[in-house]
Amino acid sequence: MAHEHAHAHDHDHEHHGPPPGLMRWVKTTNHKDLGTLYLCFSMLMFFIGGLMSLVIRAELFEPGLQFVHPEFFNSMTTMHALVMIFGGLMPAFTGLANWMVPMMVGAGDLALPRVNNWGFWLLPFAFALLLSTLFIGGGAPAGGWTMYPPLVLQTGAAFPLLIFSIHLMGISSITGAINVVVTILNMRAPGMTLLKMPLFVWTWLITAYLLIATMPVLAGAVTMLLTDKYFGTTFFDAAGGGDPVMFQHIFWFFGHPEVYILILPAFGVVSTIIPTFARKPLFGYDSMVYATASIAFLSFIVWAHHMFTVGMPLTGELFFMFSTMLIAVPTGVKVFNWIATMWKGSMTFETPMLFAVAFVFLFTIGGFSGLMLAIAPADFQYHDTYFVVAHFHYVLVPGAVFSVIAAIYYWIPKWTGHMYNEKLGKLHFWLSAIFINVTFFPQHFVGLAGMPRRIPDYAVQFTDFNQISTIGAFGFFFAQFLFIGNIMRCMARKGEKAKARAWEGAQGLEWTVASPAPYHTFEVPPQIDDAETQAAH
Amino acid sequence: MLETGEMLLKKLMTVAGLMLASLAASVPAWAETPAAAQAKWNMPVGVTEISRSVHSLHMTIFYVCCVIGLVVFGAMFYSVFAHRRSRHPKPATFHESTLVEIIWTVLPFVVLIGMAIPATGTLVKMSDTSNSDMTIKITGYQWLWGYDYVGEGVSFYSRLDEASNAARQLDSGIDPASVENYLLNVDKPLVLPVGQKIRFQMTSADVIHAWWVPALGWKKDAIPGYVNEMWARIDEPGIYRGQCAELCGRDHGFMPIVVEALPQDEYEQWLAKQKGGDEAPAQSAETAAPATEAAATESAVAGDMDADADAGESEAPAAAAGDELSRDALMETGRNAYQANCSACHQADGNGLPPTFPSLHGSAVVNGPVDAQIAQVLEGKNAMPPFGYLSDKDIAAAITYTRNSWGNDAGVIQPAQVAAAR
Repeated sequence: MAHEHAHAHDHDHEHHGPPPGLMRWVKTTNHKDLGTLYLCFSMLMFFIGGLMSLVIRAELFEPGLQFVHPEFFNSMTTMHALVMIFGGLMPAFTGLANWMVPMMVGAGDLALPRVNNWGFWLLPFAFALLLSTLFIGGGAPAGGWTMYPPLVLQTGAAFPLLIFSIHLMGISSITGAINVVVTILNMRAPGMTLLKMPLFVWTWLITAYLLIATMPVLAGAVTMLLTDKYFGTTFFDAAGGGDPVMFQHIFWFFGHPEVYILILPAFGVVSTIIPTFARKPLFGYDSMVYATASIAFLSFIVWAHHMFTVGMPLTGELFFMFSTMLIAVPTGVKVFNWIATMWKGSMTFETPMLFAVAFVFLFTIGGFSGLMLAIAPADFQYHDTYFVVAHFHYVLVPGAVFSVIAAIYYWIPKWTGHMYNEKLGKLHFWLSAIFINVTFFPQHFVGLAGMPRRIPDYAVQFTDFNQISTIGAFGFFFAQFLFIGNIMRCMARKGEKAKARAWEGAQGLEWTVASPAPYHTFEVPPQIDDAETQAAH
Repeated sequence: MLETGEMLLKKLMTVAGLMLASLAASVPAWAETPAAAQAKWNMPVGVTEISRSVHSLHMTIFYVCCVIGLVVFGAMFYSVFAHRRSRHPKPATFHESTLVEIIWTVLPFVVLIGMAIPATGTLVKMSDTSNSDMTIKITGYQWLWGYDYVGEGVSFYSRLDEASNAARQLDSGIDPASVENYLLNVDKPLVLPVGQKIRFQMTSADVIHAWWVPALGWKKDAIPGYVNEMWARIDEPGIYRGQCAELCGRDHGFMPIVVEALPQDEYEQWLAKQKGGDEAPAQSAETAAPATEAAATESAVAGDMDADADAGESEAPAAAAGDELSRDALMETGRNAYQANCSACHQADGNGLPPTFPSLHGSAVVNGPVDAQIAQVLEGKNAMPPFGYLSDKDIAAAITYTRNSWGNDAGVIQPAQVAAAR
């Protein structure tokens, strides 16, 4: 009877599909709807943040000030970073987690669906507040995304809006993280042991713990800023017995794990895509898990490498130099494992694979410059120059952003039931890969030659590389419209219909259900077939 | 849909070709750049022992990365080429090897230890500021540097030179390439002797700055409430340029540092001239303001606010404070002080840059109680930095100027009122 009942429901009862109308999206608690909302929101933020970067690059095309005043330039660098990190990358990965984590562990939905709805809907309000500061007296925050006091305390009326929007983003991230943890730990299908979970699930589990551990630290730091400005405390004011450097320690205790929050899910994505298109299981699954966990652990003890020039005692400098260099070991293991996965595979190069291979190549270049930056005495030269800008953009754009793009190409057949256009996808890849290098590679040179970051104008000897960089940035930005077009095409249900297993070599529970995935995926826990799990020992 | 290896290779070569072409296209332009002597591609070697160690560390780690990159990317691209489906249709099935994984965990360890040893040595050397021959105290301000020759009674301010300052204004119409050392030149450089171990102490009067001259091999933050230390022994006479390296507000990009290294005897002549060559009394850096800029004659541009300040204060501050200045004199000095200090934000015509910097036309602060305006100028507000380091006369004149221009008519204030408010 129960079986019959379930069977009858499989077809056309309306509560199996989404309710019609706009309110569906406002009130939804479905992980797929919220995943879509997160991804659309992050896409919008990527374009807003991208426009800000174009303001920056346009101003830097030539020496001298042509378009904007220095104060507005500083606002643009500050807002670009906040929008890209908290509005672009983090919601993009949360959107991927929303869509894929329940499907990958064989759960029907996330564990806390209503919390999930709240977590998402905080974001539009947070960013409405943040972006509104562009139009209010005193101007948008211009003290850098790191918000170092005393400079950030010079912010005008935007200041409380900045702090409040960061609190909202933090609450949103924590709710998302708790949801992921509870789902993964409690709702796996029978037989899916922790070491059978797909790598993407593993990396997100670890990321979620990083979020839960660090977001409250950021909230504390910005709250102290708020009370310093409005309530007469002097946490960070030397004149009142406080310490401006203490802010930096607290901020980077959050901020360094934060950069791993932005890259660990990317590792998961790449570890999913490469085996699929190499038609070969991921090499060293266990060491991938351990390496991810080690990176997460190390990320908590290296924060002060952002502060080598702040005047720490020699022993402090040495500790943070050695611990930072250590991160190269587990990161190296991951890169070697990816290459061993490709080795003797039978590779094809569809768009997700192209982005994944480019990720391995370009992220590693970012890793090399990271290793150089870890050498404290050399960092006394690199610190706060364009060399650093080049470094973190290499890990965050052809790193994290490329992985998001790869993930969308990889899973969009599952989301929409339609294949994207491969030619358009490849064109998008090659334009992105070329322009991103044109943008950021020359920044290594100007940085080494002595151009500080966050300056609106520069000495004439840096002109040529800045011009190349600006051309690259505009090219990269406009190439992304191909991506939007390709996504729209799938969403409009154009293009070849996708099979349940859209990719020949794809493994994982998400490929055992129809494409598009039904609104409620697993009403009955799926059987775990060892061939579908990564660690098929 | 399959990508053939040939197509892939062709595409890769196109990419490489395009990137090389874009780089090559920029090469001829350098030849025309007047500052061609400066570093372009790489970290400069520098003129201190420390900077040479740092440079060699930098090059070593760079080569190490290159070798690792060659091996890793070589394996990857070989695999992309040789193990694509059209050439290698049947994938292997191996997915782990404990031995291989141990090897590629241990090997990087060894390489890292090899790097850590020289890096530690250099770091230890850099942090040893003992047995110095002289000390320079550096104070960061929004947006200029104060230098104090500790024990010598010589101190002065160093700010962006007039030519760069004029050219850097939005739509100035001046080609930056026509300005010598655009943005890397100051009105008064820090003069140092060669061959001496110089200890630098950095601090800041407002926000965090960072003092960076690449040729010395390091930068260090200047933090309010802290005194940081570094040292240098410069080998060769010459002029070395740098910039503030920590975001410090609106004019962060316009805070250059120029070090002029002189042979010992020339340095001593210079120092003697600073001490005795002028009747202006030496004052400590805390109270001095640009009045201590003893070499007032070197302040190049006529009507420059520094020169005015010297004129005003060389009569001794008390006398200046007691004098009543005429409205015309205040307006004349005030225009110059306003142009030098206020116009970058509030604009020459007082229109400001809303929403960050309000217009001064009919502004409530400018037309309101004078004490509030003096307090705001002295202490700053939001994005407006404190201007307390200017002389009483300059502040009084600038305030008078704003209160009596652009249709405002809010009365004249005297330097004594500013002195009283301090």
